[in-house]
Amino acid sequence: MDVLLAFARPSLDWHALAPELTLLAFGTLITIVDIIWDARSKQIMPTLAGMGLLATLIPILTLAVDGTERSMFGGAYVVDDFSLVLKALFLISGYVVVLMSVDYIRDGDYYENEYYTLMLTSLLGMLMMSSSRDLISVFVALELLSIPAYMLAAWRKGGPRSNEAGLKYYLMGVFASAVMLYGMSLIYGLTGSTTFDAIAQEIGSGPSNPIAILGILFVLIGFAFKVSAVPFHTWAPDTYEGAPTPVTAFLAVASKTAGMVALIQLVFVAFLGRDDVVQPFFWLISALTMTVGNLIALRQTNIVRLLAYSGIAQGGFMLVPFAVAADAPARAIEAVVIYLAIYAFMNLGAFTVVLAVARKTRSGEIDSYAGLFQYAPGLAVAMTVFLAALAGIPPAGGWFAKFGLFRALLDAGGGWAAGLAVIVAVNTVIAFAYYGRVLTQMWFQPVADGDEQPIVVTGALGAALTITLLATLAFGVLPGLVGHFGEVSVLSALGG
Amino acid sequence: MEPTGFDTWVLSLAVFLPLVGALVMMLIPKAYEAELKLVALGSSLAALAVGVYSAFQFDYGAAGDLQFVVDKGWIDVINSRYIVGLDGLSLPLLLLSLVVVPLCLIYSWEHVPEPGNTKAFFILLLILSTGMNGTFVSQDMILFFVFFELVLLPMYFLIGVWGGEDRRYASLKFFLYTLFGSALMIISFLALFFLSKDSSGELLHTFDMRVLSDVAGAGIIKSTQVWIFAGLFMGFGIKVPMFPFHTWLPDAHTQAPTVGSVILAAVLLKLGTYGFIRIAIPFLPEGAVAWAPWIGLLAVIGIIYGALGCLAQSDMKRLIAFSSVAHMGFVMLGIATLTDFGINAAVFGMVAHGLITGMLFFIAGSVKERYHTLEISRLGGLLKSAPRMGWILGLATMASLGLPGLAGFWGEFPAILSAYNPGAGLPEETFRTYMVIAAIGTVLAAGYLLWLYQRTAFGEPPEEFADHEIADVNRYEWIAWTPFLVGIVLFGIWPNLIFNVTDDVVTGITASVEAIVAGR
Repeated sequence: MDVLLAFARPSLDWHALAPELTLLAFGTLITIVDIIWDARSKQIMPTLAGMGLLATLIPILTLAVDGTERSMFGGAYVVDDFSLVLKALFLISGYVVVLMSVDYIRDGDYYENEYYTLMLTSLLGMLMMSSSRDLISVFVALELLSIPAYMLAAWRKGGPRSNEAGLKYYLMGVFASAVMLYGMSLIYGLTGSTTFDAIAQEIGSGPSNPIAILGILFVLIGFAFKVSAVPFHTWAPDTYEGAPTPVTAFLAVASKTAGMVALIQLVFVAFLGRDDVVQPFFWLISALTMTVGNLIALRQTNIVRLLAYSGIAQGGFMLVPFAVAADAPARAIEAVVIYLAIYAFMNLGAFTVVLAVARKTRSGEIDSYAGLFQYAPGLAVAMTVFLAALAGIPPAGGWFAKFGLFRALLDAGGGWAAGLAVIVAVNTVIAFAYYGRVLTQMWFQPVADGDEQPIVVTGALGAALTITLLATLAFGVLPGLVGHFGEVSVLSALGG
Repeated sequence: MEPTGFDTWVLSLAVFLPLVGALVMMLIPKAYEAELKLVALGSSLAALAVGVYSAFQFDYGAAGDLQFVVDKGWIDVINSRYIVGLDGLSLPLLLLSLVVVPLCLIYSWEHVPEPGNTKAFFILLLILSTGMNGTFVSQDMILFFVFFELVLLPMYFLIGVWGGEDRRYASLKFFLYTLFGSALMIISFLALFFLSKDSSGELLHTFDMRVLSDVAGAGIIKSTQVWIFAGLFMGFGIKVPMFPFHTWLPDAHTQAPTVGSVILAAVLLKLGTYGFIRIAIPFLPEGAVAWAPWIGLLAVIGIIYGALGCLAQSDMKRLIAFSSVAHMGFVMLGIATLTDFGINAAVFGMVAHGLITGMLFFIAGSVKERYHTLEISRLGGLLKSAPRMGWILGLATMASLGLPGLAGFWGEFPAILSAYNPGAGLPEETFRTYMVIAAIGTVLAAGYLLWLYQRTAFGEPPEEFADHEIADVNRYEWIAWTPFLVGIVLFGIWPNLIFNVTDDVVTGITASVEAIVAGR
């Protein structure tokens, strides 16, 4: 109790907190501008939000140039290269999502300023997540990023599907949080500490303790919900389909990345001593997730649901390196980070094309893509690149992500890792079967209703497409770009 | 020999000029069709010119060494580099690939198959060209993999958009089969990366094919080699295609547009056999020795099965497709003997099969265009209605059945002969049995090819086409076909043109395999 009584203000490193503070300031600014100017301000909201995200990149750059590792609150909040790489990734993904949202939110006459405020808030939670090295700060960050996301999922409040999406997401999210909290309490009770470093020292030593195993499993299962790993994925397809498409993209990319970031810290720092639990758990979960996700995706007729299940399967691919977390930690982290970075761009790109096409066809059915190449060759080629990337076919970016998985598995070596590698290989092929269906519609089929009017791509969507397309191709041809960030983040994640 | 000046650019230009052409074409609007065609042909001819230049500059006295080598940083984080080089094994295949593409462009000059869209069609052919050329000159496994995969999407679209009735099924099947093979292949590449050691037992951690070829699997125990070889076998064997993974081929060939079939037969299938000779055997000699009897078995099954398949076909194009399975069986048999005689024959067989089967597919395409059918039972009298085409078909079928004096002979006959005396460590009786079976295969080949020729070219033109004017070979066809015909005759009369070039590399490979088997 002495500790509580003798409270001293913790020393704050303002430079380290500058990204979070900048983002917070812009979120507040949007609200204030809205209150003062009301309806007249709507036009500038997306600009303001986008500027906020780009402005936040500046302190991240200065921190990266500075390069020192900064630790606060007794090691609970750390700013190192790993966190900076991921923060930058969150901000750029967020920026692309804002670009995707502009026309959608404006045309639907939805609440523009609240939308962008919530999005920035959720991103703030993600920035915090990248730096959290403590059970409590992880949990706070998780709630900060999730609660706005629940609301965003239900943004089209007139539509029953959107309401369903929000409600399902909320209920499952809260349930997952409860499970996770219970696990955290067990771990805290056992180790007497909430920081990852301290947990790692306690939990790895000594004989096997069933309580510890239970605690670890509960925490991991809680995050398995967040990253929609099978069998905890059931909320994802309905939520993805019902939510507004830009929000779906946000959930599928940024929110999933946040869950993965937390898992990286938990698995590679806190629980690494218990690889007897962690590795089999992830072996099973990843194999299940990619296989089930892919098999169900085969049967989808709606493009958003297809991308939802493909996202589940992609999540399974990302979980693969965790199965060799202790055997090849450096390669495994690198593989996850690289996968996250490439996945963000290729998946956001695919959603951008979906948005652009839906503006004309008003449909999400895969059939409505028939003959897209005839009347919108640019969009069809872009979609081809994104799907090829998701399927892992060079020269589009995704191959390097898959390559990273294989590299981690084979570096670890052994029969189990090789077996998982073969499962990944088989799943790559299954995945192409449904990505290929979309390609088939776009390229091989005649235009469905003979309506060959070209699609007008709005400026914002065009910008989003350009960013994602260039990044996807650049990562494929010069994977060193993203590989460098992966390498940098490994050093700092394992260095601590 | 370090290349200097222009020579450092030769291979990169040969590989990437078509891609540059494709990028330029993307910027030109669709309405400027004439300009688009010129850019496409221009860039592919420029690449060919560079290739011919390299053939003249090539030091044939040192054909076993890599020449025009470029070694630059590429993906530092995984230690993969941009390494390209040309030796006696790559040169004939690179030239074949460089020659075929412009000829295909010329053949499609006036009539791009349904549903049209010259721009997209030509762009895809050019991208395909970059992938094929790149595969033959890559000396880094990751670079090889990227080029190897680069050909998939263009071919998928060529079949899927411009193909026949069942094009969607055929294109997807083609894609899934090859994708599966390459996914296992990359696992094997990585296993090689992590496990290969140099002579002093240090882990190499390199994708450099020159180094891996030198260490020849040192430090990898035999049972592991067998596993890694299995992954490579899937990757390359599906591409060849070997029995029992051949089922994508007849569908893909039958449905593909004419030039798609030609490129598929002439170059794409060779990527698989080239992979065996360039990567699988030299990197994993002990794995190769363990696998060779099985590869030989699958090869002769392919020979007989392909031949029987041919006899059962009623469609001309499908028949030619099945004959590919049989011919690639001879190539694989030659490789499986692990002798320099057999592998030289295999490389010759690759080039010869490319020219001959490519030619046959060209004719099939032209026949289809004139008769609107490829049902053998409805055709006939080609020698009367279009005599020149009839004679060309005759020449191509004779070459295909291995008539001495034409190119087909030199791929087939030595391959069979080499099985009489297989390389060190291989069971003699087994391979002699294979030899006998393969020889029976040649008889069957003569059977189905002569039968095909008889039914399509001899006799009177059928009733239903009596009123049709069947045009003979036209200008574009002459331009596209002449180099094929010249090649078939020239290499038939003067096989040393190829054997001399490939021999140094092949001897090097077999010598290193033998040394390792002997040292065991």
